[in-house]
Parts: sequence; C-alpha cells; structure tokens
Amino acid sequence: MFISLSTMEALWWPWSERIASPSPVTAASAFSFRPSPLISREFTRSTKRSSSALSGLATDAQTLYQRLVFRHKLYQLREERNMKPETFASLVSAILYEKRFGPYFCQPVIAGLGDDNKPFICTMDSIGAKELAKDFVVAGTASESLYGACEAMFKPDMEAEELFETISQALLSSVDRDCLSGWGGHVYVV
Amino acid sequence: MSKAAVDVPMKGGFSFDLCRRNEMLSKKGVQPPSFLKTGTTIVGLIFQDGVILGADTRATEGPIVADKNCEKIHYMAPNIYCCGAGTAADTEAVTDMVSSQLQLHRYHTGRESRVVTALTLLKSHLFSYQGYVQAALVLGGVDVTGPHLHTIYPHGSTDTLPFATMGSGSLAAMAVFESKYHEGLTRDGGVRLVTEAICSGIFNDLGSGSNVDVCVITKGQTEYLRNHQLPNPRTYINEKGYAFSKKTGL
Repeated sequence: MFISLSTMEALWWPWSERIASPSPVTAASAFSFRPSPLISREFTRSTKRSSSALSGLATDAQTLYQRLVFRHKLYQLREERNMKPETFASLVSAILYEKRFGPYFCQPVIAGLGDDNKPFICTMDSIGAKELAKDFVVAGTASESLYGACEAMFKPDMEAEELFETISQALLSSVDRDCLSGWGGHVYVV
Repeated sequence: MSKAAVDVPMKGGFSFDLCRRNEMLSKKGVQPPSFLKTGTTIVGLIFQDGVILGADTRATEGPIVADKNCEKIHYMAPNIYCCGAGTAADTEAVTDMVSSQLQLHRYHTGRESRVVTALTLLKSHLFSYQGYVQAALVLGGVDVTGPHLHTIYPHGSTDTLPFATMGSGSLAAMAVFESKYHEGLTRDGGVRLVTEAICSGIFNDLGSGSNVDVCVITKGQTEYLRNHQLPNPRTYINEKGYAFSKKTGL
C-alpha cells in the first residue's frame, strides 16, 4: 500500500501543454514535462494528421492513452482509414464522460488537420466537456499563466516558423512561473 | 474469475469503477480537477409567432474564463432548441443524447418532434440521477400544438412558462423580463428584449460574459443568430504584437 502510494505521488506529472493553430496548414503543439522515460507514451501520434496530449495524473494519462490507441486501431481496421480529429475529439469526450462520477484525473488536448487541411484544436476538462477554439487551447497546472501568455502573444495567420517561436516563448514563460512544471518542452508541428 | 482487460464497447450509461480509487486519492490529498462550468445567463420567451432563446457565451473553470465564445444553445430537433447551464459536460451530453433519441423517434413515428417529448426524455433522465447530472436547461420549440417554453432543473422538475431565465445570471435577466415583457411581442421586439436580458446578465453577473447568442424558432423556420451581439470586444490591442526573431538559440 505504501509503495503504490509513493509511486503515484512521484508519477504525478502536472504538465503544461498548449496547442495553437493559426495558418491553414499547420498546427503546432507544445508540451513541457519533467524528464521521464514515459513521455512518448503520453503523446499519441494516433494518426499522421492528428495527435493528442494528456495532462494530469500520470496513471490516468497512461491508461487513457492506451484505451485511445486501442479504439483508434479498431476504427482503422473497421473503416480502413484514419480518424478525423473532430471524430477523435468526440471519442475522447465520450470515454471521459462515461466516467462522469469517478473521472479520470486527466485533461486532454487534441490537435490535428481535418478535411482540406483545416486545423482543428480542442481541449476538454476531465469529464469530457469539449472546448473548441479558433486560436489556442491550454491545459495543465500552469494553465492560468498559459491563458495569459497565449492571449498576449497569439496573432492570427502566423506561419509555421513564427508559430513555433510564439508557442515556445509562451510555454516557457508560463512554465517558469510554475513549480510543478519545468525542464523544457517539446513542440510538435502538424 | 478474471475479467478480460479488453475495452469492449459498453452497453451505455455511466461506469463507476474509478469511484473507489478517486475517493482514496482525495483522502490522500490529491485534488480532483475542476470541471468546466457554464456560469451563464440563459433565457427564453414566447412571442407572437414562436419562441426566442438567448444565451451568453462564457465558459468558466473556477475563476478563469476557459472559453470566451462557447455555444450554449444546443440543437435538439429542427424545431426545438435547448439552452444549457451548469456543468458543461453534463449539458452537452444530455442534450446530445436526447437529440439522438428524438431523431430515432422521428424515424419511428414519421412525424415532427414535439417539445413535450424532449421535455419528458430530459426530465426522466435527470430525475433518475437525482440531481447529480448538473444540467439546468431552458427548452423551447414550436410544434404542431404551438410554441412551448419549459425550464428543467437538475433534479428533474420542470416549469412551463411564457418567459424563463436560468443560470447564475438569471436574476439579472429576470429583472429585465419582469419589467418589459408583455404578450404579443413582435419578432424584433422579442429579440431586442432577449438581447437586453442577456446583456444585463453579462454585465452584472461574473459567471456570464462575452457575446450574446439568439435563436428564433417559428413554425417551419428556425434562425440561429450566433454572436448576435458582441458587447465585449477586445480593445487596446498592441499593433506591434510580440515579434520573436526566428530561431532564438537555446
């Protein structure tokens, strides 16, 4: 009992992550995390064009990640194509809402390119309330600072290079003011 | 006998298997994450040709505004719309669910959906969860029997009213309605009154804000005026913005 408890505490990774998508062809997502060998699992490249990241309690992030990969693979087998990010967002929302009264302690952020390379971003709270946005979405322990940083730094219709810079600066500045996040970030440009 | 750890599509409904673990976690001091709420002002009124629904567009997560322009007027049927206040996930899930049940019912009966059908489906779902599904709804629509407007409370009770308000801004909006509502409003008068009531909620209630959405439902036609009014534009934007030189070396 003690061992499992301490493991859980050590594995609490409050991440900050943020995804912004301005231009018609790119979406960039950035994550900050404490170094850990399990990072790659938490970030699912579920399709070539859409990806999701999960912040919150690590055990729930991993479980949710595994369930989503499973469901996506089933979808691919049935439909013989990749899931659109809008569909994927609905799937994640349904899986989270199923646990409405005993939720996963996890907030996902989903980004991808839908039909005609239209960028799509969305975040959810821990019970699956979708929050679509045209400019940016944030999640994690430093989400309040991220809201502020993104609000100030975001401009519509940025190019990929500029977007990359903006997202990194916003992420790093917010994360520097949060004890529970840190050690840099990963930026994925879709 | 061991259960297969396979994620077979569920029969439906909620699953409670993480409840015990979450209780244990909160005893150990792990805070559960806060939910997205729609603080909200939602209103509805009946005018001479039908029903007008209105809502603000702010979604809050604790004291922070999570979404400045969310949609709170949900589609139920081509002639029925529903505004939702309370926990965002609950209002979305419950309105989506009843909307699909109504569609199936339409296929089954071959007729236009009636507002009382939606009302009964919503209230029986909410009552069976004894108020734990926190969705407070204003349901309005026009069917063969005429225009109808109902409010549904999270515990499952309903009211049928000529004008109604729900949400944290309901008192501010109701003040406007009580002083200015009269029977036989025209469409423009109705939309103006609804907009005024929502603005009253936006400016006087902290949980409501941003823009005004309006939905006008008449016999045979529905108009969803998304962002009908934007009384809170972002002002004093820095022209230069933040320009970061490319490839800041790290």
